[in-house]
Amino acid sequence: MCMRYEEFPAKMTETREERRFAEVPRESIKLMAESAGVELGDDVAAMLAEDVCYRLREATQNSSQFMRHAKRRKLTVEDFNRALRWSNTETICGYGAQDALPFRPLKEGELFFVEDREVNLVELALATNIPKGCAETMVRVHVSYLDGKGNLEPQGTVPSAVQSLSDDLLKYYQQITRAILGEDPHLMKVALLDLQSNSKIAALLPYFVYVISGVKSVSHDLDQLNRLLHMVKSLVQNPYLYLGSYVRSLVSSVMYCILEPLAASINPLNDHWTLRDYAALLLSHIFWTHGDLVSGLYHQILLSLQKVLSDPVRPLCSHYGAVVGLHALGWKAVERVLYPHLPAYWANLQAVLDDYSVSNAQVKADGHKVYGAILVAVERLLKMKAVSLSASAEGGAAALQGSVGGMMGFRESSPGLSPPPEPLSEPPLGIASHLQAGGAGCQWEEWTPVSLPDMYCELYSFFGDSLAVRFSTGPALGGAPSATPIQSSDTRKEPGSGAANLESTRKMPQLTANMNISPRQDGSPRTEPAPPSLATAPGRSLARSSSSSSSSVPRSRSSSSRPGRSASQSRDIFPKARFPPPQVGPPAFSFLIGGRQMGRRCQGRRFQTSFTPTPSLTSLPPRAYAHKLPVIGRVSKPVRRWTCSHYSLYLPL
Amino acid sequence: MTRLAVSAPGEKMAAVQDGGSEPEGEKEPQPELPSDGSSAPAATPASKPEEQQQQQQQTLLAVLQFLKRNKLIESVDALRREAGLADEPDEAPGSEAGGGVGGAAAGSADSADASALLSRVAGAAQSGAASAPAKGGEDQPDVSVVLSAYSQQGDPSLYQVYYSGLKKFIESVLDCHRAELSQLFYPLFVHMYLELVYNNHESEAKAFFEKFSGDQECYYQDDLRVLSGLTKKEHMKGNETLLDFRTSKFVLRISRDSYQLLKRHLQERQNNQIWNIIQEHLYIDIFDGMPRSKSQIDSMSGSLAGEARREANKAKVFYGLLKEPEIEVPLDDEDEEAENEEGKPKKKKPKKDSMGSKSKKQDPNAPQQNRIPLPELKDSDKLDKIMYMKEATKRIRLGPETLPSICFYTFLNVYQGLTAVDFTDDSSLIAGGFADSTVRVWSVTPKKLRKVKSAADLSLIDKESDDVLERIMDEKTASESKILYGHSGPVYGVSFSPDRNYLLSSSEDGTVRLWSLQTFTCLVAYKGHNYPVWDTQFSPYGYYFVSGGHDRVARLWATDHYQPLRMFAGHLGDITCTRFHPNSNYVATGSADRTIRLWDVLNGHCVRVFTGHKGPIHSLAFSPNGKYLASGSTDGRVLLWDLGHGLMIGELKGHTDTVYALKFSRDGEILASGSMDNTVRLWDAFKAFDDVETDDFTAATGHIHLPDNSQELLLGTYLTKATPVIHLHFTRRNLLLAAGSYNSQ
Repeated sequence: MCMRYEEFPAKMTETREERRFAEVPRESIKLMAESAGVELGDDVAAMLAEDVCYRLREATQNSSQFMRHAKRRKLTVEDFNRALRWSNTETICGYGAQDALPFRPLKEGELFFVEDREVNLVELALATNIPKGCAETMVRVHVSYLDGKGNLEPQGTVPSAVQSLSDDLLKYYQQITRAILGEDPHLMKVALLDLQSNSKIAALLPYFVYVISGVKSVSHDLDQLNRLLHMVKSLVQNPYLYLGSYVRSLVSSVMYCILEPLAASINPLNDHWTLRDYAALLLSHIFWTHGDLVSGLYHQILLSLQKVLSDPVRPLCSHYGAVVGLHALGWKAVERVLYPHLPAYWANLQAVLDDYSVSNAQVKADGHKVYGAILVAVERLLKMKAVSLSASAEGGAAALQGSVGGMMGFRESSPGLSPPPEPLSEPPLGIASHLQAGGAGCQWEEWTPVSLPDMYCELYSFFGDSLAVRFSTGPALGGAPSATPIQSSDTRKEPGSGAANLESTRKMPQLTANMNISPRQDGSPRTEPAPPSLATAPGRSLARSSSSSSSSVPRSRSSSSRPGRSASQSRDIFPKARFPPPQVGPPAFSFLIGGRQMGRRCQGRRFQTSFTPTPSLTSLPPRAYAHKLPVIGRVSKPVRRWTCSHYSLYLPL
Repeated sequence: MTRLAVSAPGEKMAAVQDGGSEPEGEKEPQPELPSDGSSAPAATPASKPEEQQQQQQQTLLAVLQFLKRNKLIESVDALRREAGLADEPDEAPGSEAGGGVGGAAAGSADSADASALLSRVAGAAQSGAASAPAKGGEDQPDVSVVLSAYSQQGDPSLYQVYYSGLKKFIESVLDCHRAELSQLFYPLFVHMYLELVYNNHESEAKAFFEKFSGDQECYYQDDLRVLSGLTKKEHMKGNETLLDFRTSKFVLRISRDSYQLLKRHLQERQNNQIWNIIQEHLYIDIFDGMPRSKSQIDSMSGSLAGEARREANKAKVFYGLLKEPEIEVPLDDEDEEAENEEGKPKKKKPKKDSMGSKSKKQDPNAPQQNRIPLPELKDSDKLDKIMYMKEATKRIRLGPETLPSICFYTFLNVYQGLTAVDFTDDSSLIAGGFADSTVRVWSVTPKKLRKVKSAADLSLIDKESDDVLERIMDEKTASESKILYGHSGPVYGVSFSPDRNYLLSSSEDGTVRLWSLQTFTCLVAYKGHNYPVWDTQFSPYGYYFVSGGHDRVARLWATDHYQPLRMFAGHLGDITCTRFHPNSNYVATGSADRTIRLWDVLNGHCVRVFTGHKGPIHSLAFSPNGKYLASGSTDGRVLLWDLGHGLMIGELKGHTDTVYALKFSRDGEILASGSMDNTVRLWDAFKAFDDVETDDFTAATGHIHLPDNSQELLLGTYLTKATPVIHLHFTRRNLLLAAGSYNSQ
């Protein structure tokens, strides 16, 4: 019995009650016979129909064997044809196409048919598009599991449950999370260290990321937040982990800590400022080390920072976070977001700072924090801008460096070694380039670079002397704060008239400034020390820092260029700070010149200098830097160098 | 009783013996028929005398006719005399039958059929006279003859009554017997249904099917589906499944107690219909002892023709490994040059230990070294052996703690469909068979594939030079892969020779081709299978190879013979995979009839039949020590077998689709399985075997109780990227290589 079942539109119906398989009704047989010019009786048609069905089923069953041996799940027309061929039946041609043939019913009448569209052969033949999938057959190693271990889930999906992990990993996960979130600081340290160096925890990454995303639920507990941030740091630092898309989740957790008005900050005794600083540091670290992964986030983050900054309803701590966040993202971010926004923001801040009512005391303290953060940010902005300008103008600055004291002042940490030009702007290039190139499409477009003198003028109008001191160095400045751009550039290029100790004094203010981590200025003695990685190494002369802080506060206020402010009042608020003896005195500093990004690119060098506390420091007249600590709201500078376990500073100049 | 008209002489004899109450003389006229009493069941004729008389008359007529056709006139006369039959013209078989079987309900139709069938049989018998005795008792008889066995029938309307009567009885017996007797349901159901269909009681057949098909075990679903489509007598003729069912007796293992129970019941009820079926179509393997439990029965059943008979697995199997030839390992190698004299003895000792323990004393279970002739080792083979030993010393010892690393070789851009893969033993080459009839060979190492130079160029070469083997290669032809054209159908099996000089491929076009990997041309096309050849494999010692395919016959070949040396017949379904035992003395075949058979290469006997799979078997693997066999089937299960005892010793559940690849690690500690479900799974083979060995093996009945410990044995599941795993291979250092083609669809 040879029938071309498929060539005719056949009416297929389910077999009555048993529904075992499709059947061809006798009407279809009759129709087919008619089309072939044969008249069939009912009984003949019925018999034929049944036989056709049977043969059809038989052929299908046989064809499934070919499918199985071809190791496929899909029965193809080819399989069916092979079965027909082996049962000595004519094969059916014309149905070899890979795509499925739609089997459609006709609306009027119970007719079903295979849709057979017309193909324009001419069009097909002259088509210019090359058919897809004509690449050469090849063998490649695709999936590998080393030592029978690996992600048990198919790549690209997030494991659904911890239970799917091996017991060892599970145990590790429990131990680590318990240690980090537990009470024992020593255990935590060990856990963090391991998290930072363990090469086999790739499978656990999603879980850790999930744990970290829990920051939102512990916003009342500074300690826990801190620990979670440390976890982020360890994960980011682990060289064996590829963070991939998880980095976004990490960044959002960090951003949460930076920006959100945490529940913990309701209590002024809680040092959420340090947390924000630390988070900002982390953010910058992530950007510096995983720039390739997060570059797409840069604008998003800038926008959210800007949004926070321009939202007056937000509490000051959020503003503070935004500023340190911008600061962490590099001076270009500051230049683009903070600087243009400053005039508008200044008014708000001023209002806070000028309100001397007792009820406002806390808010005002917060305001000073913001003020300090802004000051640090714009100072660096100015410096970096100056450096970038001078670098581009002077090219190789080596010759100049030797003779120019001002230069030395900027590049104090690397006397005799010329840092590569644009030490700072180069490293964040990954980011900065996005800012410049990628920014073309978005709102940054309207931004036009402001020349350094203009910028300085404007900033000076806000900050007055406190800014100037920062910017210019040398004894000349002590008397006359350079307010003009010319002056600023002059001072910069002014040959170092001072002796070596002057140079060191010039240096020191900056160091002091950096060392003044917020807790101390915050007024109240902090019970918890700064986070470990921020902890300053011991050995730094206590006298100096205590003297500097205690004596500088009032002076800084007095040196403030803003009129209408009485130093005494400002003293009222801030001198409350009982400065605890500097919790930890840092004896050794490492100065990173040229940034770690250079190290990454293997073209720069990291310079570390260990400063033994010079006896002269203590004997320094407080004046030398007292007025250089203008505000209480001093912010600790982002620490750039993370891999050094001791306190390290990034001092670009 | 036309069922006696069978072509296979053995069965005929058996059938004749069936009629136990017949006069003795009946047997005498057929001395030339070889006797094969193996299939004669314990006959207890229970039919009524008259019926029996009629049947016997029919039987006699059929025998007479057969004899006449074969010109055995004297025998005819003798038989007639003995039986007291009047001379009747054999030209009119219809009338003859009509006269003889007067009272039978469907007598005339039956006998008409019978005569037609007989004439065919006679013809077949004549033409195949020479070949018939050569074939075994399990050869397939003519289709219509087989079917004619169903001509006997009772009242079609009573079938349901019979069946449900038996069902009620079985459901009411003691629990311990119920499971065993429940085995009867499926074969009875099928045979009763087929009898109804054969006798054109279509509506009754359908009703019968609908009523009772739901009761059958789920693992028979595939067969039931085929059966359900079968409602016409005409369709039965071409149906292979049906033939399978008929040609072999369905084997059941039942304890003596249960059997007695059943027998008593049937005799009490005079339920001849069922009793006849049991007598004729079923083989009941009675054993003494405890009735088996349901799970024990389930683990062994599922095959097309029931369980294996116990005696089928009684033959001794020499599963031990052959003694490795002593090879002088040259010690002054590049590696060892660095080492001093101290290093040398050290190096030597472990080698002797590792090899010596195996080779020094002959394994008592090993076959004789020259049981089958094996090719001499060539120098290059010895070099390869040395390489192998060196690699073996660097082998990683695997275990549950140290799992192998897995490397997945993905075939990309395989629009033509990848159907088979093989690696060379040293993992340097990979071959793929494709649905577009091509075979492609890739070099996995940086060493490119080169052809030998043409004859003209070869004549220019200095044949005395040391590097002549290097010189004969044509650098211009170096490439990463080569394509071999020659087949005219999808290539379903590929296998490298152990010396890497040859490649075998089997195809839908019915041929097995031997390719040279020196010239990358086809050397021989072995024609013998006239149907698709599903699998082929080289012997571990080269020279021999085995192939099996749709024709249900596995063939053993030698590369230098164009005809097969052995034909292994016995499977009731396509042979889907073939594997050589590590000692090359045995061949295992897996089949679509859901059984695995082990064949002796020496004499072609089937020495083991393993039942228990519930779907066609698509992968087989011998353990490196030759003691065990693993098999994987479409049901996703992997079963482990002990060859020496002929027992199932393990069941590995986990895969959710056909297991297409199985491989033991080099030390046999890990079993890797690859499946259509896109996973590679690793199993603790050592534990699986160990657990069983601690059991009491004296249960000679083979009724082993399998522990359900798949989850404990599963060491790991490794997902591929939407790539079915169709081949697995352990490198000599125990790195696991897997292969499959990526399908974006």
